[in-house]
Amino acid sequence: MKVELKAIHKSFGTVHANNNINLAIQAGTIQGILGENGAGKSTLMKVLSGFIQEDEGKILLDGKPISVRSPADAIQHGIGMLHQDPLDFPPMRIIDNFIVGREGGVFPNKKEARKDFIKLANEFDFALDPESYVDSLTVGERQQLEILRLLWLGVRVLILDEPTTGISALQKEKLFATLKTLAKQGKTIIFVSHKLEDVEQLCNQVAVLRQGILVGEADAPFEIDKLVEMMFSKVISVEAKQPCPFGNSALSLHNFVVEDYRLRLESVDLTLRAGEVIGLAGMEGSGQRPFLRACAGLLRPTQGKVIVGEKDLTGKPYLAYKNHGVGFLPASRLEEGLIPGLSLTEHFILAEKGQGMFIDRERWERETKERITSFNIRGTPLSPVEALSGGNQQRALLALLNSPLSLILLEHPTRGLDIESVIYIWGKLKERCRQGTAIIFVSADLEEILQYSDRVLVFFSGRVSPPLDASATSVEQLGQLIGGKGWAEKFEQQGDVYA
Amino acid sequence: MTTDTLIIGLAGVLASAAPVLFAVLGETISERAGVINLSMNGTILLAAMGGFAVSVSTGSLFWGFITGMIIGGLVALVLAFSSITLKQSQVAVGFVLTMVCRDLSYFLGNPYMGLTGPRLSSWSIPVLKDIPIFGALLFRQDYLTYISYLGIIIVWVWIYKTRPGLILQGIGERPASAFVRGANVNRLRYIYTVLGGALIGLAGVTYSLSVKYGWKGTISGLDGIGWIALSITIFGGWDPIRAAFGCYLFSLLQWLGLVLQPALPNIPSQVLQVAPFPLMILTLLFVNIGNAEWVERTLAAIPEPSRKAISRLLRALRASPPAALGVPFESE
Repeated sequence: MKVELKAIHKSFGTVHANNNINLAIQAGTIQGILGENGAGKSTLMKVLSGFIQEDEGKILLDGKPISVRSPADAIQHGIGMLHQDPLDFPPMRIIDNFIVGREGGVFPNKKEARKDFIKLANEFDFALDPESYVDSLTVGERQQLEILRLLWLGVRVLILDEPTTGISALQKEKLFATLKTLAKQGKTIIFVSHKLEDVEQLCNQVAVLRQGILVGEADAPFEIDKLVEMMFSKVISVEAKQPCPFGNSALSLHNFVVEDYRLRLESVDLTLRAGEVIGLAGMEGSGQRPFLRACAGLLRPTQGKVIVGEKDLTGKPYLAYKNHGVGFLPASRLEEGLIPGLSLTEHFILAEKGQGMFIDRERWERETKERITSFNIRGTPLSPVEALSGGNQQRALLALLNSPLSLILLEHPTRGLDIESVIYIWGKLKERCRQGTAIIFVSADLEEILQYSDRVLVFFSGRVSPPLDASATSVEQLGQLIGGKGWAEKFEQQGDVYA
Repeated sequence: MTTDTLIIGLAGVLASAAPVLFAVLGETISERAGVINLSMNGTILLAAMGGFAVSVSTGSLFWGFITGMIIGGLVALVLAFSSITLKQSQVAVGFVLTMVCRDLSYFLGNPYMGLTGPRLSSWSIPVLKDIPIFGALLFRQDYLTYISYLGIIIVWVWIYKTRPGLILQGIGERPASAFVRGANVNRLRYIYTVLGGALIGLAGVTYSLSVKYGWKGTISGLDGIGWIALSITIFGGWDPIRAAFGCYLFSLLQWLGLVLQPALPNIPSQVLQVAPFPLMILTLLFVNIGNAEWVERTLAAIPEPSRKAISRLLRALRASPPAALGVPFESE
């Protein structure tokens, strides 16, 4: 189905999120929509999928103007959208999620729905059990469920908003294969992303948005440098890897066993030296989260010892870790990292300890202004943190870390951020490393792990690999390992035997 | 105590649980849709008084019940308007409504104190009433008790087995997801809040026209029932069948308090009268204790076989509220 957007305008207050966007997308193709955070990609797609209404402009399907007043309207016209965080119902079963939203009588025909579901899932080789609960699924599986549901509703235009954020390399491969199959069937795929490599791998054409304006279009094969220039109006390059010298032990784990209610990790022995970076690779839910939290003192290890610097902190509370120079940045920035409703200034006041009862507002606003400049945060001292964009929230979190630190633990430090922010964040972290801080971070992005870490630990269903040398590992190898393949060959020569 | 008196006593437990059940079912569907109706305690009093007053003045039980339900629906409508349309705090508005309704019922109910009018009679279901034991226990009740049995089943089937019920779960769980599936979230929230309110109103008139007949102002003994119903809604994990167990448990505890009094003369009677309330609190505590991290840590120290059993039990009892409970929805 051919989709045409004509002169679309949309403003939020004074922000012109979409400014006169014209775009035509042919049936059977995969159209990329590229742009950094806040470029207006999501707004445009929400307009097309009926989530919000355009201020001006027209939407045409196969040359006929249509009016899309709600997501239900969009579905009626065959337009469906997969949102970045899949819009499903976590506590409900897969099959119930599948049924909600489909028209029909009071009592749904579950048998029929289950049959359709299994047929569709088999067609795309998705291993989903209709009776399991959505909150036990990974983001990648929840996406698969949403895709199946939209196809079942007869969608012919499928919009995907940043679908590769938070899914594993294998799931991404499967997703891309699925999208290519759908395009071959004549469906129109619109793929919204800020990741150049994804667009390069997948799309037939790409349109680039910057500050609400469509700045250019290109056909595959793409010239990456040109796309980057269009996205940022300047050329950005990733800094070459510069290892920094390692110091004394910053963290050592002895016979360290962590478990949560789902998973027990096998025992780990590890020594991390000052200035070293370790990346934790693995599919979501393979145990990286409890591992990192146990290193931060937020979770008590079942067995073993945690030694920070030279001090044994096993079983001590988070505060003791914090006082010994451990910093922790959680993945959910607004839920765990920051306090929505408080301003940047108030956050900096809270992060400072022991300064009496009353607050010197003027002094702190000055201080905050300085940190805003030095950390390149787009916001004012009085901006509430929830009003900042994801990249700026992450910068604020970094700015909140005390100095000096012996160890920084990060969960998905760059998830959902554009390239410019990613480079900036890692620049700041590497600066810390040179000052002697050790880093452990979790990421779903294998390239990020290999790019920035010295050693890598691979997690797979409760198993933790011995540390791998990042410079001697390829993305493909790592991709296999996190899927549980090739463990025997890889680790046998190191003296460990894995089944 | 003979078997017959025991059965009659237990039949009374079922009957006196009926109004609590109506209130709990009403609150359950309202909260499933994402709206906490904290006006329940006041609504029950106002509906009890209003329904009784109308039935005395008109001589009609039917109009008494209808009035009670309309009162409940109207109070819920005020809550719905202020929280869904005006986006005000459901908790604050609910509290104010509960106090206003309570005082209003005492003030307006003065002229009807101690009057009598038509009264709901019991009706044994033919054939079923002759089943040994169960006949006397379940099927020699008044209409409302039968309706309360049906209510549990209807609400349960509606929530879990029907298409609109799935959407009801959805609008309380994640309204944005329900919205992209074509649901008119705020309209549905209005409907379920008002419907839930009508059931809470029905709870009130069930007291004043049947279970605790009449209107006696501040000594009607209805003040506090709404709060118990609220806690049973949570105990029930927003599931009508679990909630029904909660209602019957509470009713049973109250009855035991009365029955045990002569058998345990050393215990002051006040203790037995009040006991059901702390017992309910303990039950609530027990049901939700599995959510706490220290419990998980303590359990880790228990030897394997019994730990598995205990943690499975705790997990089965654990219930989480609808995720969007109390959160207004805007489609941007």
